[in-house]
Amino acid sequence: MTANGQTGKTFRLLLVLLLTVMAVGLGYAVLELHSSAGGLSKQVATNLEASGVSNPVTAVLLNFRGYDTLLEMAVLLVALIGVWSLGGIPDYRESSPGPVLDTLSRLLVPMLILVAGYLLWVGTHAPGGAFQAGSVLGAAGVLLLLSGWRLEKIFAGLPLRVILILGLGAFVTAGGGFLLIGNVFMEYPSALAGELILMVEAAATLSIGVTLAALFLGGRPEAGLDK
Amino acid sequence: MSHVFLYALLGVGLFVLGLYALIVHAHLLRKILAINVMGTGVFLVLVALAGRNQDTLPDPVPHAMVITGIVVAVSATALALILMLKVNGATGKNELPDRDRD
Repeated sequence: MTANGQTGKTFRLLLVLLLTVMAVGLGYAVLELHSSAGGLSKQVATNLEASGVSNPVTAVLLNFRGYDTLLEMAVLLVALIGVWSLGGIPDYRESSPGPVLDTLSRLLVPMLILVAGYLLWVGTHAPGGAFQAGSVLGAAGVLLLLSGWRLEKIFAGLPLRVILILGLGAFVTAGGGFLLIGNVFMEYPSALAGELILMVEAAATLSIGVTLAALFLGGRPEAGLDK
Repeated sequence: MSHVFLYALLGVGLFVLGLYALIVHAHLLRKILAINVMGTGVFLVLVALAGRNQDTLPDPVPHAMVITGIVVAVSATALALILMLKVNGATGKNELPDRDRD
């Protein structure tokens, strides 16, 4: 390493130089943008009525650009399958939680579940929605896992998997179901759109929360009585 | 110049800083963290530039993309961490093997 010290230093200097050039270029590109651009907010605003929700971000996420969200749910699922297929964390040692963490998780987890429900409900007309609620739910799961809680073995098999694919399944069902009456994929009839979006969001929240917590665990939970 | 561009420039700075750390550090955990810093920079640029119009509400489309991106970044990080642990288990090192040096 000492023999390479000189070349390492020049390499680093060159790197800093190149990255500075890159930063200046990117900064120039950002500053050159017009300070007032319409973007897509006008299109969103004119179609907001038909989307079934009054929060534009939720409308974009679950109606106008539903494909993004659908495939994003698929990415979550694939990431979890990837983590599970790698066989979990090698030589993972459980540590017992201290009394502070234990009490804190007992107090916080019900609150977090309530907050997740609130965020899910409020997402139709104010900032909030499935991802925020799912993240909060995932945080509750992580807290539970940190404090030593593990899923009951009967629930770790099929029931867990059902919840994991619930979000994607509800999304595909809601998007594809109306193919039968002649709509295109992911086109909701605007009379039903609000209820459909809330339903899909509820399923997605559960799936996102459980997936994030399962990703944190790092391996497949042991299933005992898997039928 | 509005504060929007300050945030956007901060995002650019974070991106470049993350890229530097990604190239310089060999430890895989540092590389994963660097990629996360880069991603945060991109999210910051997107969210900042969505609010360029002072008189109207921010553009919701970049916001939706960022929400999606955050969750994807978290799941990708989890996968990367497991892969890192696997590399550690297989080679005993937290770096990828360097063929020229070994």
